[in-house]
Amino acid sequence: MSEELHDVRLVVNGTTHHTQVPARRLLSDALRHDLALTGTHVGCEHGVCGACTVLVDGKPMRSCLIFAVSAIDTEITTVEGLTEPDGSLGPVQQAFAECHGLQCGFCTPGFLTTITAGLAENPCPTHDEARDMIAGNLCRCTGYQNIVKAVERAAVLIEERTS
Amino acid sequence: MTTKLMGTAVQRVEDQRFLRGEGRYVDDIAVDGRTLHAAVLRSPHAHARIIDIDVDEVLDLDGVHAVWTYDDLTGPMAEPLPLLIPHPALTHGRTQYALARDEVNYVGEAIAFVVADDRYVAEDAVGLIKVSYEFLKPVVGIDNARAAQHLVHEDVPGNIGARLEQNVGDAPTAIAAAPHRLELDLTVERSACMPMEGRGTVARWDADINRLQVWTSTQTSTGVRAAVAVKLGLDLGQVDVITPDVGGGFGVKIVHPWPEELLVPLAARALGRTVKFTEDRREHFISSAHERGQVHHVEVGFDDDGRLCGLDVEFWHDHGAYSPYGLIVPIITSTQLLGPYKPNNYRVVFESLYTNTVMVTPYRGAGRPQGCYTMERTMDAIAAYLGKDRAEVRAVNFIQPDEFPFDQGLIFQDGRELEYDSGDYPASLEKIKALVGWDEFPAYQAEMAAVGRKVGIGLACYVEGTGVGPYEGAHVHIETSGKVKVATGLTTQGQGHATVFAQLVADELGCRFEDIEVVTGDTRRMPYAVGTFASRAAVMSGSAIHLAAKRAKEKVLRIAADALEADESDLEIIAGVVSVKGSPGSSIDLGTVAVLSNPLRYAFDEASQAATQFSVGDPGKAPVPEDEEPGLEGKDFYSPERATFASGMHAVIVETDPLTAEITILKYAVVHDCGHLINPMIVEGQIHGGVAQGIGGALYERMAYDESGQLLNASFMDFLMPYVTEVPDGIDIDHLETPSPLNPLGIKGAGEAGVIPSAAVFASAIEDAEGFPITAMPISPSELFALRQQRAEEKS
Ligand code: FES
Ligand code: FES
Repeated sequence: MSEELHDVRLVVNGTTHHTQVPARRLLSDALRHDLALTGTHVGCEHGVCGACTVLVDGKPMRSCLIFAVSAIDTEITTVEGLTEPDGSLGPVQQAFAECHGLQCGFCTPGFLTTITAGLAENPCPTHDEARDMIAGNLCRCTGYQNIVKAVERAAVLIEERTS
Repeated sequence: MTTKLMGTAVQRVEDQRFLRGEGRYVDDIAVDGRTLHAAVLRSPHAHARIIDIDVDEVLDLDGVHAVWTYDDLTGPMAEPLPLLIPHPALTHGRTQYALARDEVNYVGEAIAFVVADDRYVAEDAVGLIKVSYEFLKPVVGIDNARAAQHLVHEDVPGNIGARLEQNVGDAPTAIAAAPHRLELDLTVERSACMPMEGRGTVARWDADINRLQVWTSTQTSTGVRAAVAVKLGLDLGQVDVITPDVGGGFGVKIVHPWPEELLVPLAARALGRTVKFTEDRREHFISSAHERGQVHHVEVGFDDDGRLCGLDVEFWHDHGAYSPYGLIVPIITSTQLLGPYKPNNYRVVFESLYTNTVMVTPYRGAGRPQGCYTMERTMDAIAAYLGKDRAEVRAVNFIQPDEFPFDQGLIFQDGRELEYDSGDYPASLEKIKALVGWDEFPAYQAEMAAVGRKVGIGLACYVEGTGVGPYEGAHVHIETSGKVKVATGLTTQGQGHATVFAQLVADELGCRFEDIEVVTGDTRRMPYAVGTFASRAAVMSGSAIHLAAKRAKEKVLRIAADALEADESDLEIIAGVVSVKGSPGSSIDLGTVAVLSNPLRYAFDEASQAATQFSVGDPGKAPVPEDEEPGLEGKDFYSPERATFASGMHAVIVETDPLTAEITILKYAVVHDCGHLINPMIVEGQIHGGVAQGIGGALYERMAYDESGQLLNASFMDFLMPYVTEVPDGIDIDHLETPSPLNPLGIKGAGEAGVIPSAAVFASAIEDAEGFPITAMPISPSELFALRQQRAEEKS
């Protein structure tokens, strides 16, 4: 028996993609394997690590816990969509580079999307709020010290770039 | 003037790729509709005989291309997997088969391998395989292994894989004669590396050239290459192994070949299609490797100052169901336990025991955390017994700066003498005391006690053998564009090698940092290499790269001197341009020198045009003289006599809640000596990460096996790795730079240091806060609570 396929239209980083997926296909797998947007990573497949976080209509969501078919009619932003149109690093990405906020880089896309959403909601976080902002994401390399610094640095960069 | 990049916090070049989502991890390779995906049927039982495997139903499933069990394997593939590091003491080494033959020995052991159109279908297929088992009694935990009422392997008596004893002097006699004696029993539970990316392998067989290409998430591409060639009956020259970006390793990915690292290439060749296996998180918990589980018994004799007269340590190492990585972990514990101290007389003996659990192989620190914990608990016990300051007792036992090189009289994990090359432990102690506020702490503790708060301070010291041999190599190639391509064979999993190695090349060669590209872990570019483990990459490949760049530079100067009609000694290379010192008009850039190095007939680029103005070589000789080769390259290898010994000290202040026994970190301080720093930003990052893993290991992480060998917490939901909320807000770091005399850069390894003293330092601090001995780690609030109650009951 072959699986029934569903037409889905996914709007990712402003581009519309048409693809066919089985009902059970995870959004993370659809992004990575069907759309070849491999920047979104999968660290646990059970919603705990946050590596697969993407923005769904601006809200950080774990793409390993969403079926691709249920993401129809949403606007999705992945790590690839955080880069500026001219190809330079977006503010959160830039802050990570400056603060050494990554080592192996596997968890990083999830942090970048999470922080992007966090700073959109709270552009001037206190130090404790900066820590809170990343408290749902796992990183096994950095010990989080420099990621917290990157949150604070990103807030400054966003402020600079928008003023 | 150019400024040296060595010692500078250069921003990482690899980040540009990672931050854009353009990293290439193994699961990002071959993303197209044609790639086939593998899934593995794993044993749900810890110990059982396989009676029958029925795959009939799978064959009817649409989209399945292959289903294999042991019976489908032939030749070398049907033999057990290699025992990577044999040792004479490992009298009963055992390794598993790529697919279980007739017995499974841990939950997670591979039984059948399915290849299908996608992973979903492959997993459906796995679910349709029916296996009948005859259950055997599982052996779980060190106590049961020692009791040996049941055996893991029928032919391994007492479940003992190995027993190894080393002696320096006569510890039992020295202890018997010592003014004071103590005995301690100390345990450490299992944890695991848990990189955020699990294992994964992709393979593609190119039938046109009879060649296999394998991408794998490993810490040794050359090791995987040799293993794949042998197991698949291929010549080494038919196998390329490429390690793409790796999402963390921490030791587990040094093990090779994993069953899937062989089965995926086998399937790719058999099916003529690209095949991929990506491990999921549950699989990583139950079918990769763990570490740390050990039980130690210490007997120590000492004088009135706390000076060791003799130390006698016996310990039991749980190495799980198989022993592919030999005795590396317990040998490291048994030798590195000594840390910065002189034991005077030392006896150590360990037994390495089989259990029906996931196998044990090195995890960052590799046996050192347990050794450090054992030694440092002993130091604290001596101080408590004598009523002395814990730092003072340590200080009287230190090897002094003028005693280097210091031979501990033992054989280290690399088979060489355990001889420390350099260090300054008294200076480190002064630094850590100042950094954490050691001398001021008693007053603070009293102040806190007055308001009903419990705080404690802990201290732990370690020495770490890093940069073990046998060798690493490097190749530096200057292209006619002036770009410099650097290759070294070991792999990278987050250490920033593309940056630090480029720093070394820029310094030595005088080229521009931006022009350098570093490739690691690609056997096509550097087929001779060992791997990334034991904090060896910077020391080994760093030194090799430095030497290779030096060779390339020598050739540059030779050719440039000829072209510029100058003396080599009058030349300098700055920002990729060779010029005569003092007369910058007389110059030639590296790309042009590269053209001149290769007397090719055809010119393609600007550099070649530019080269026409220079003439090099002796018209009376062959275009490529006998002692030369075409091309502007340098290649060299670095092979040190022995490891170089980094060291450090950690201190922590904790608060324990009087009611809930919750443990809070108030301050964490690190003094670290890894010789000269190449990139202080990256070294500090390594320390941060190590400390966080150490906190996990000391306070949260354990492998919760039940008595039937089921791992009850095989998910990130239940295995508690630190989030930011579990790590301190700020880690105070101070460096000491005692250069190593063993390598040209004076460097020592830095990768594992952060994690080594964690269990020791937390046990020390919690003991200080609570006032009773802490002898088992990790420790959770509920365990601390239980200990308090037990103490209260004992008192009343
Ligand atoms: S992969 Fe989705 S949360 Fe871990
Ligand atoms: S950088 Fe490796 S897991 Fe975060």
